[in-house]
Amino acid sequence: MEMNLHKDLRVSLSGVELKNPVIPASGCFGYGYGMAEYYDINLLGSFSFKGTTREARFGNPLPRVAETPAGMINSVGLQNPGIDNVIAYELPKMRECYSGPVIANISGFSIDEYVECCAKIDREPQVEIIELNVSCPNVHGGGMSFGTGCDSVAEVVGEVKKVITKPLYVKLSPNVTDIASIAEAAVKSGADGISLINTLLGMRIDIKTRKPVIANVMGGFSGDAIFPVAVRMVYQVAKRCPGIPIMGGGGVSSARGVIEMMMAGATAVQVGAANLRDPYICKKIIENLPEEMEKLGISSLKDIIGIV
Amino acid sequence: MVENIEYIFKVIENRALNAKTRVMRLQGDGTIFTAPGQFINIKVEGKFLRRPISVCDYSNDTVTILYDVVGDGTAEMSEWECGREVNILAPLGNGFDINTDSRRPLLLGGGIGIAPLYRLAKDLIAQGKEPCVILGFNSSREVCWADQFRAAGAETYIATVSGEEGTKGFVTDVPACKDPEKDYFYACGPMPMLRALCEGLEIPGEISLEARMACGFGVCMCCSLATKDGAKRICKDGPVFKKEELIWK
Ligand SMILES: Cc1cc2nc3c(=O)[nH]c(=O)nc-3n(C[C@H](O)[C@H](O)[C@H](O)COP(=O)(O)OP(=O)(O)OC[C@H]3O[C@@H](n4cnc5c(N)ncnc54)[C@H](O)[C@@H]3O)c2cc1C
Ligand SMILES: Cc1cc2nc3c(=O)[nH]c(=O)nc-3n(C[C@H](O)[C@H](O)[C@H](O)COP(=O)(O)O)c2cc1C
Ligand code: FES
Repeated sequence: MEMNLHKDLRVSLSGVELKNPVIPASGCFGYGYGMAEYYDINLLGSFSFKGTTREARFGNPLPRVAETPAGMINSVGLQNPGIDNVIAYELPKMRECYSGPVIANISGFSIDEYVECCAKIDREPQVEIIELNVSCPNVHGGGMSFGTGCDSVAEVVGEVKKVITKPLYVKLSPNVTDIASIAEAAVKSGADGISLINTLLGMRIDIKTRKPVIANVMGGFSGDAIFPVAVRMVYQVAKRCPGIPIMGGGGVSSARGVIEMMMAGATAVQVGAANLRDPYICKKIIENLPEEMEKLGISSLKDIIGIV
Repeated sequence: MVENIEYIFKVIENRALNAKTRVMRLQGDGTIFTAPGQFINIKVEGKFLRRPISVCDYSNDTVTILYDVVGDGTAEMSEWECGREVNILAPLGNGFDINTDSRRPLLLGGGIGIAPLYRLAKDLIAQGKEPCVILGFNSSREVCWADQFRAAGAETYIATVSGEEGTKGFVTDVPACKDPEKDYFYACGPMPMLRALCEGLEIPGEISLEARMACGFGVCMCCSLATKDGAKRICKDGPVFKKEELIWK
């Protein structure tokens, strides 16, 4: 059907051309090759790989997941094999099944760590965008603190920019009172784009055992339930930082959600937890976009970015 | 190789076996399963996450599951009527290894953990092996599927904690569990039982683990287990692990 509708799904992020705006979000797609067992992931606009740190991390104790109405809470705790292993073993496996542009999600606990990881990943040809995760709420004393203050965001962005050549997108935490000011601080420090939102800090209690469901007590809340918060924040950042491309995400699970997020100001759209419920969700969204665009009288997605 | 894992199966049976446990049979391509002990991840309308449930048995065009009604999701499943279409992800997980040298394996199930042992017993019997099945329950009210194990030709014993049926106590209290002729074990059930078996039985074996899962197909790292071979995903590298791989803290 999409064949004869002739819809233009292409978008561009800081010069990186994507055939469509749909990007599986970090942590919900591994390093790609696992998902490539289930469908040809080359149909994606891009994808953001699992948050990578300098050292290998096992992450938090189990249980790491709790269900919520229309969403979930996770406290994976940035489990990953470490930057050197990612480059040596994960990226080659990824390359075998994916030829498009890749977004490298980099996390850290110190400015040194961010700088070292970003400098290393910047040399990888398939990595076209670096997404700085300054917002992971899972790790004590780490991630969160960088993303919740204008000065700390500005500092880490400034230092990372000195060592990389690829576009830098800063992925913001929604656990702040004024997201637009933080985005503005990142941009002033040299960020090429903004990615938002990461998970909201959440918690569930098992009322039978009177204990938190998640071993680490709190975790990152995501899924459909956070969509309105994400739309609002994308809108606020788009208004405050005109001309700065945004990867918008949070609770997107449909083509209509993608369109709404773009109208709020996103150039491309990340889909996270929805992949965990339906591994084919990104494929379905991409296939469904032309039809939804037709219904809404949209011929090119570029035309609706930030239209509200 | 790219393989589809999303299927629509149709409910053809869904009935109570006792006050807690139910059996559901679904119509759909059963040939997708490659080993006993694999599981399916069931979509329940109104729930964000799917519900992982072990495959109890399968044929060319059906799959059978046993499930305990423990919360909202399984309560919803208990209402499903015949003809209802169910979205599942399958086949998930590695399953049991039936190609061991074992001749007389023990199959030990605790509570709903008996479910994946049924197809395992059938497959082992088809290979000419002599599985000995020990099923543990809290009370006689929870006992189920023992007749099916027997009908499949497996020597089957029961243990109940209350002592109302079979041996009083746990599966480890059944004399057959200590029979020196037994050369391997397969187990699924609550963690304390699995630990007791791994630490108490001298013979090699493998156990099926469970964890709260988000995806169930290996991408989210919500179900990681530290093993002697490093971090493994219970959903994808498991749910079955060899005794030697496990670290008990
Ligand atoms: C690999 C695997 C195989 C399983 N096989 C079976 C089976 O054959 N029969 C059976 O009855 N049960 C089985 N379980 C457990 C079953 O998944 C849970 O009982 C079920 O998800 C509970 O859902 P609920 O909505 O009724 O409970 P709720 O407590 O309302 O569920 C809330 C959340 O917690 C999760 N959850 C709750 N209990 C468990 C648990 N014990 N294990 C994993 N997740 C849980 C749910 O999936 C859901 O995400 C298996 C679990 C795993 C991981
Ligand atoms: C299981 C899981 C793991 C995640 N891991 C990361 C991560 O490593 N780095 C990161 O920046 N975001 C991570 N996220 C956040 C997502 O990328 C996304 O920003 C967030 O979940 C909101 O989108 P959603 O509602 O579509 O899931 C993770 C989310 C989930 C559910
Ligand atoms: S539940 Fe997602 S990796 Fe196992």
